[in-house]
Amino acid sequence: MSLFDHSVQELHTLLQKKEVSVSDLVDESYRRIGEVEEKVQAFLTLNEEQARAKAKELDDRLAKGEETNPLFGLPIGIKDNIVTKGLRTTCASKILYNFDPIYDATVMERLHAAGAITIGKLNMDEFAMGSSTENSGFQLTRNPWDVERVPGGSSGGSAASVAAGEVPFALGSDTGGSIRQPAAFCGVVGLKPTYGRVSRFGLVAFASSLDQIGPITRTVEDNAYLLQAIAGVDPMDSTSANVPVPNYVEALTGDIKGLKIAVPKEYLGEGVDEGVRQSVLAALAVLEKLGAAWEEVSLPHSKYALATYYLLASSEASANLARFDGVRYGYRTDNAKNLIDMYKLTRSEGFGAEVKRRIMLGTFALSSGYYDAYYKKAQKVRTLIKRDFENVFEQYDVIIGPTTPTPAFKIGEKTNDPLTMYMNDILTIPVNLAGVPAISVPCGFVDGLPVGLQIIGKHFDESTVYRVAHAFEQATDYHKQKPVL
Amino acid sequence: MSRISIDQVKHVADLARLAITDEEAEMFAKQLDAIITFAEQLNELDTENVPPTSHVLDMRNVMREDIPEPGLPREEVLKNAPDQQDGQFRVPAILE
Repeated sequence: MSLFDHSVQELHTLLQKKEVSVSDLVDESYRRIGEVEEKVQAFLTLNEEQARAKAKELDDRLAKGEETNPLFGLPIGIKDNIVTKGLRTTCASKILYNFDPIYDATVMERLHAAGAITIGKLNMDEFAMGSSTENSGFQLTRNPWDVERVPGGSSGGSAASVAAGEVPFALGSDTGGSIRQPAAFCGVVGLKPTYGRVSRFGLVAFASSLDQIGPITRTVEDNAYLLQAIAGVDPMDSTSANVPVPNYVEALTGDIKGLKIAVPKEYLGEGVDEGVRQSVLAALAVLEKLGAAWEEVSLPHSKYALATYYLLASSEASANLARFDGVRYGYRTDNAKNLIDMYKLTRSEGFGAEVKRRIMLGTFALSSGYYDAYYKKAQKVRTLIKRDFENVFEQYDVIIGPTTPTPAFKIGEKTNDPLTMYMNDILTIPVNLAGVPAISVPCGFVDGLPVGLQIIGKHFDESTVYRVAHAFEQATDYHKQKPVL
Repeated sequence: MSRISIDQVKHVADLARLAITDEEAEMFAKQLDAIITFAEQLNELDTENVPPTSHVLDMRNVMREDIPEPGLPREEVLKNAPDQQDGQFRVPAILE
């Protein structure tokens, strides 16, 4: 039994009753890291000294009076593309191997205000480009359910650390599935909020029109608590939406009677593993029993989402990653005689293969003579994909399907062919293109590997997504199962 | 036969400020060709009258009062610089 078998709400109560201290929780985190990190390798940087000092400070505050924030004193892991003042932030890239941020991301300021304690920074695919965390410039993170398999990506460190019990929860980021896919592979809960729901200030940009920060947790309720702490408009991010943030935990009523579920036939078709398909159908039967009704629908432009995504995300990345030039921060080559050579060699030596490939693709798609054929065409198809969702949401409350076509694959299995690797994200990418929120919750096992159920909602309707996910979770016990490490 | 030539790849690499070897140029030519070929399935769709998505939410320009505020301290900003001199970022010679 670990302290982290308790939910956020239970840990909060234990702290209030003085049955555990903040220092106990931080100790538990580093104890577990000491125990399993050699196998899992989720963390790139630990914040041990500062976290322990912070725990003492918060214990003093707790002794003096009541601290009501549900996240007060809780340890958290942070994906390494979220800037943390004074704590190395690398994006798992050699080009930022020594970067020491001089400010905090808005989500970090909000977590500090809530009283959460940063345990360390979590591994990822370099600049969040990948679906297995194998593109990290530093280390391979392993799936706690089978260490020969990938944890998914790009937030592989975040999902693996939560599944391994190293932290009660973590933040990830999701551009094409990077929270939901690793959550599915590691048997935990991951939410990509509506585009604009959470400030991106201090999230190192990959594809600015798609990126969102979101919570990775063991339960839906924990997820709702964490989103509550980070959601809301931010003057530092003009794309953050000025839309009221409801109370997400209050939405977890367990009641989904009369709920109308759409199941896109494109999400259960060719390429989806039979075991995954059966798990999703069984999950729909559970939801039916709880009073919901589901019907098959069509999102006819789904098959075009992957191509659209790779053109748009790579184009945005090629512009966003222009800032890594060896001038203001990060790695600089020793081998250059003039400025242009310095740029070129710094970037070639600092970026990994996948990052270079996407910069090349994006630069090509935006270059003179090709812009209309590729970038602009993709922007138009994005409109069609978004309309698919709008049409379905006129008649249904949520859209449900699998999070991924297969469970976690083996390390090295898909690294040789970029397109095969990209196929992994085929069920998560349309959600980012449409900007809608979606969650992955555990819904079964295939050959001992977790399967994720994806629940997609309307813009800014995370409450309904959570309500459905919670009702399903409470009717099943998949979330209670833990990997043996 | 790759429709993306080695010369094209080298031109794109130059635009992207990446130094690539001949071997890498060949690899990128093949991989980009595969991805672009895959992407050309978008041409199956008639998008003549479809507006491009410029922003996924119905948002317009976001304005605020133009009030000057202090920036970050120079010392802090230079802290991560690979090279610096006299409070400035230092770079290799720009002119030969």
